[in-house]
Amino acid sequence: MAVESIETLGDYIETTMQPAILGMAIGHGELMFTVRREHLRRFMAFLLNDATCDFKQLMDICGADYPDDDERFEIVYNLLSLRHNFRIRVKVRTGENTPVDSITDIYSAAGWFEREVWDMYGVFFNDHPDLRRILTDYGFEGHPLRKDFPLTGFVELRYDETQKRVVYEPVKLTQDFRNFDFESPWEGMTNIQLPGDEKAVKPDVGADLPSLDELKSGEKKSA
Amino acid sequence: MTTENTDLASQTKIKPYTINFGPQHPAAHGVLRLILEMDGEVVERADPHIGLLHRGTEKLIEYKTYVQAVPYFDRLDYVAPMNQEHAFALGVEKLLGVTAPPRAQYIRVLFAELGRVLNHILNLTTYALDVGALTPSLWGFEEREIGMEFYERVCGARLHANYFRPGGVHQDMPAGLAEDMHAYASSVLDFINDMEGLLTENRIFKQRTVDIGIVSRKEALDWGFSGPMLRASGVPWDLRKSQPYDAYEDMDFDIPTGTTGDCYARYLVRVEEMRQSCKIMKQAIEKMPSGPVMVDDHKITPPSRADMKNSMEALIHHFKLYTEGYHVPKGETYTAVEAPKGEFGVYIVADGTNKPYRCHIRAPGFAHLQGMDFMSRGHMLADAVSIIGSLDIVFGEIDR
Repeated sequence: MAVESIETLGDYIETTMQPAILGMAIGHGELMFTVRREHLRRFMAFLLNDATCDFKQLMDICGADYPDDDERFEIVYNLLSLRHNFRIRVKVRTGENTPVDSITDIYSAAGWFEREVWDMYGVFFNDHPDLRRILTDYGFEGHPLRKDFPLTGFVELRYDETQKRVVYEPVKLTQDFRNFDFESPWEGMTNIQLPGDEKAVKPDVGADLPSLDELKSGEKKSA
Repeated sequence: MTTENTDLASQTKIKPYTINFGPQHPAAHGVLRLILEMDGEVVERADPHIGLLHRGTEKLIEYKTYVQAVPYFDRLDYVAPMNQEHAFALGVEKLLGVTAPPRAQYIRVLFAELGRVLNHILNLTTYALDVGALTPSLWGFEEREIGMEFYERVCGARLHANYFRPGGVHQDMPAGLAEDMHAYASSVLDFINDMEGLLTENRIFKQRTVDIGIVSRKEALDWGFSGPMLRASGVPWDLRKSQPYDAYEDMDFDIPTGTTGDCYARYLVRVEEMRQSCKIMKQAIEKMPSGPVMVDDHKITPPSRADMKNSMEALIHHFKLYTEGYHVPKGETYTAVEAPKGEFGVYIVADGTNKPYRCHIRAPGFAHLQGMDFMSRGHMLADAVSIIGSLDIVFGEIDR
């Protein structure tokens, strides 16, 4: 079957693999599926072996962290079909303590990419042949790409001249870590009454504060 | 005497042992620590330990605005910096819904191809050094330095270019650069011919590379190989042809493929790619239109210096752009370019703020180095060096 566009391909996959799919989307000309975690392996094997899909290459696996969601981690698989010249993105959601099935036996390339997701996010992969940390230091603790992991980390290391070896120490910052949100006061401070702005819609917070005139005269109207 | 010798040979057993190759071995091409399990001189298992150059680029980008994130891409594959910026620029442009003006697209193609030549010169000559030939690297680095000067002339830096920006390129090419680059695209061909004269039919070079580290077509696809690694295994796949971006559609060039999938085929593919890159560079210069090099929307690109002196609006735009940056609408994209080493992809998740929510970098070398284990199994220790060289790995991009 010849596939002309990602829309037809998306419809075909959706009808064939209906029970595994939670959602389909096309954004910026890219096809994207969200699948049920328990059906991930079946879905991937289908994408690899089905003649219409023929996604022979797994290009990338990465994680993303959405701490406010019930299942905070999203594992994103990017696949490429050389024959049809299509890309597809497959996503599964998982929580901190829920493992995802490894697809290393379907795509060999998944091995290191899954190790990286484990290292960076702490998502466990079932039946992975060699699930070790990959990018961080030997003996590293924590999962650095989680949103609740601080950018500056917890430990720093230096060479200690007296002990003649590299030692680990808690991070000491000479100034506090600064993170600017650059939100302008005209757009961001919608809930505060600014002096001279009394004609604007009355805000919820700060409405009972004394106005500028009252402060100048040094007396406050009846509270 | 002979009986004693045979007795000794039958009594002596070589225990399997492990070798710690790197992270400070010159043939490891950076900070690769390779644990090799050996049976005598034969590799039984290779376990690359990476991450010694891990800087947390992806985490850092989450804390930087889109404008500030661009220089991080120079520091990934520092052998061909602009090719990495290209992927990020295209990805952000896709999310913003803007297209770079034609002249910017041609400049990008020109410098992306220059980057490919520079990358392959470095890889092939140091590869020759690994397998015992010194001269190519002495000649090659001279040519490479001339190429780096073009980087310097166009953006002011030899390495950390920060030149391809979302919306175009930072500034127009200075006068005379196009002519010099055109001449370079011809003169570098002489070097390529000289290098081929030294290596291609060289008996030692062929003994070290032919039939070493063979990757079949099926294996190359299964392990997520891309770029010259894939093409050397006989898969005619190049994103510049199959999913053309910027001005590649207007360029006339060929995709060289190998037939054997060994180290020698990868060498040959890269040599031919340099020739094709020179061809593209010449075409890009000849066909280059005039016009702006940045989109004219000053919400995402800086106004001109002259405007800032006269216009309050331009001054505000400049200030806002370099403090707050621009807000990218909610969305996500996986955008890939054909970097010299293979498919370099960027997966960006934008949440509507001025910083990327997630920016994953797909480095081609990461997938290639993963194949080191199956490629080197059953080979001799010296062949492992040969295979590493042919992978074209740079730890800036693998460790991120």
